[in-house]
Amino acid sequence: MSLLPFPRLAPVFLAAALFTGAVHAADASTVPDTLKQRIAACTACHGEHGQGTPESGFFPRLAGKPAGYLARQIRNFQDGLRKYAPMEYTVRGLTPAYMHEIAGYFAAQQVPYERSPVPRVDADALKRGQLLATQGDPARRIPACAACHGAQLTGVEPDIPGLVGLPYDYISAQLGSWRTHTRAMVTPDCMETIASRLSEADITAVSAWLATQDVPPDAHAQPAGSVTPPLACGVLGAKEVAR
Amino acid sequence: MKWLLRGFLAVLGLLVAGVAWWLFAQHHAALPPARTTAAKLQDPQLIARGAYLAAIGDCAACHTAQGGQPYAGGRALPTPFGDVPAPNLTPDDATGLGQWSFDAFWRALHEGVGRDGHALYPAFPYTSYTRVSRQDAFALFAYLRSLPPVRSETGAPSLRFPYDLRASLATWRTLYFRPGEFVPDPKQSAEWNRGAYLVQGLGHCNECHVARDNLGGLPKGETLTGGQIPAQNWYAPDLSTRAHGGLEGWRADDIVALLKTGQSAKGAAFGPMADVVTQSTQHMRDDDLRAIATYLQSLPPRPARAGGGSEVDATALISRGGKLYAQQCASCHGQDGQGVAGVYPPLAGNASVTEPTGINAIRVVLLGGFAPSTAAHLRPYSMPPFAQQLSDADVAAVVSYIRHAWSNDASPVMERDVANYRHTPVE
Repeated sequence: MSLLPFPRLAPVFLAAALFTGAVHAADASTVPDTLKQRIAACTACHGEHGQGTPESGFFPRLAGKPAGYLARQIRNFQDGLRKYAPMEYTVRGLTPAYMHEIAGYFAAQQVPYERSPVPRVDADALKRGQLLATQGDPARRIPACAACHGAQLTGVEPDIPGLVGLPYDYISAQLGSWRTHTRAMVTPDCMETIASRLSEADITAVSAWLATQDVPPDAHAQPAGSVTPPLACGVLGAKEVAR
Repeated sequence: MKWLLRGFLAVLGLLVAGVAWWLFAQHHAALPPARTTAAKLQDPQLIARGAYLAAIGDCAACHTAQGGQPYAGGRALPTPFGDVPAPNLTPDDATGLGQWSFDAFWRALHEGVGRDGHALYPAFPYTSYTRVSRQDAFALFAYLRSLPPVRSETGAPSLRFPYDLRASLATWRTLYFRPGEFVPDPKQSAEWNRGAYLVQGLGHCNECHVARDNLGGLPKGETLTGGQIPAQNWYAPDLSTRAHGGLEGWRADDIVALLKTGQSAKGAAFGPMADVVTQSTQHMRDDDLRAIATYLQSLPPRPARAGGGSEVDATALISRGGKLYAQQCASCHGQDGQGVAGVYPPLAGNASVTEPTGINAIRVVLLGGFAPSTAAHLRPYSMPPFAQQLSDADVAAVVSYIRHAWSNDASPVMERDVANYRHTPVE
């Protein structure tokens, strides 16, 4: 009669016994008391430096985005303004102070930008994309991206993210999600207004043009107050007005 | 044949009369609107006590929409019968409790009947709240009256047929609900009685920590024996600390620590319990937490459960899981499954690892997540989600391993179980 209740599993116990030498149960003093160690739930997908997955665009880059913007996104997932179940679950209990600390960590990361694949679009579409990004389409009351996201399109502190260096899939998916109401901001939601005025072809064009732009040597967001937004934006402090 | 027909008609007549009488018995009068707010309700001490009681009852958890105003309602509670939105508890006249008198509030809490006389759906846990004392109900009411009124209409429940019928609800209440009150047990200490009152009443622990039947009813005479939370798919473990209990070996200090900080030497709160700790139990006074621990420690031993021996030969699965564990999990939870005190929970002897279904371990491996944010852990550590990294087969292997390793002796889980829970909504 075997001493083990489940003789079939003897090899498992043997294997476990062999591994025991390699990894000890640590005590608290051996776990790094760092934010990086604490936020394994974030870095597992977004990368240790918030680099994201530029090749697929599935997990967005967080590195170098304005801290105010990042903190607001965490809050928006908590409040259900942005819909993505794994993110909503992960951030649901975080306190505002912790959210800001985590946002600050990723905002401070310096990671070189990588080129991501862009679908084949014709020259006319790219031209249209450039026009939308740099001048907008006044006839359809579509402001230029640059009007808010900065002349270099690298964003404006503290709340406006950069648009260059992002994958095509990511940009087009975000514009799409404003139209399907799975991404929203505090009202008045200026991006929802803009996304609703863009056609699908516009979204493809502007996403493709942005994704093909070189990132300037200094990709930091421009200082606060560098732009005067043409639309009322709740995230930039505008109050809801009766419509 | 005439006698047969006559007999049939007589039986039918009796039935109709019975149903009519029964429906009449279920009828409750609408109560008039509150005249004026009694000065008594404005006593700041009473309001503060009500705020504390509302935290114990975790009222805001259901009565606040995601990102919404506190207590303004709107969150839909998912049930196997459909969604039931929680109403607005702020004192708005049109959409909240503005027109409610204390008598109406008391009747809702104690009898599960709304101000208009209609029975309330038991998604509102009046099955537990019926034990709340009238005095505590008054403090709760004073607190809710003190909130800023928010105009917020709550939608109607979206229940499937036949659960949407009033008669179905009347039947349910006949089967599963009697208004009651908490009767102290003179043989027990004051602390035990306080714990029993909190657990059975406002804490409404039994609403999740017991297996409901197919009609969503709570079994009579069985308390806190653990069960899968319907529609949410988490397993709320058995809470007995004695032999074969879900919390076997937990000391009073462990229970207090988990409720106060979200973590204990025996395991951490996650999923719905993490929300309960963050929003409710961490705000409770130490004497109340200790009372709860005292009461839980008195729950009886449970019958022995069948061990991990299963008809399926899980040797290969568990062996593969052991290798995955060494690669992916041991650096935090330790090869010996002991975790790191105050940082990473132990898995050896962890009630949520060994609970009967394996759902909790499967979902935690898939979702990862932060330990609860509490005053004791304002910057909690977290676990990476493995949903992207591990296949269903890998998750089944590693979960089967941790359910069997060390002192643990629970059944293996299968790949199809992981597939089932991979896409369970998190709300």
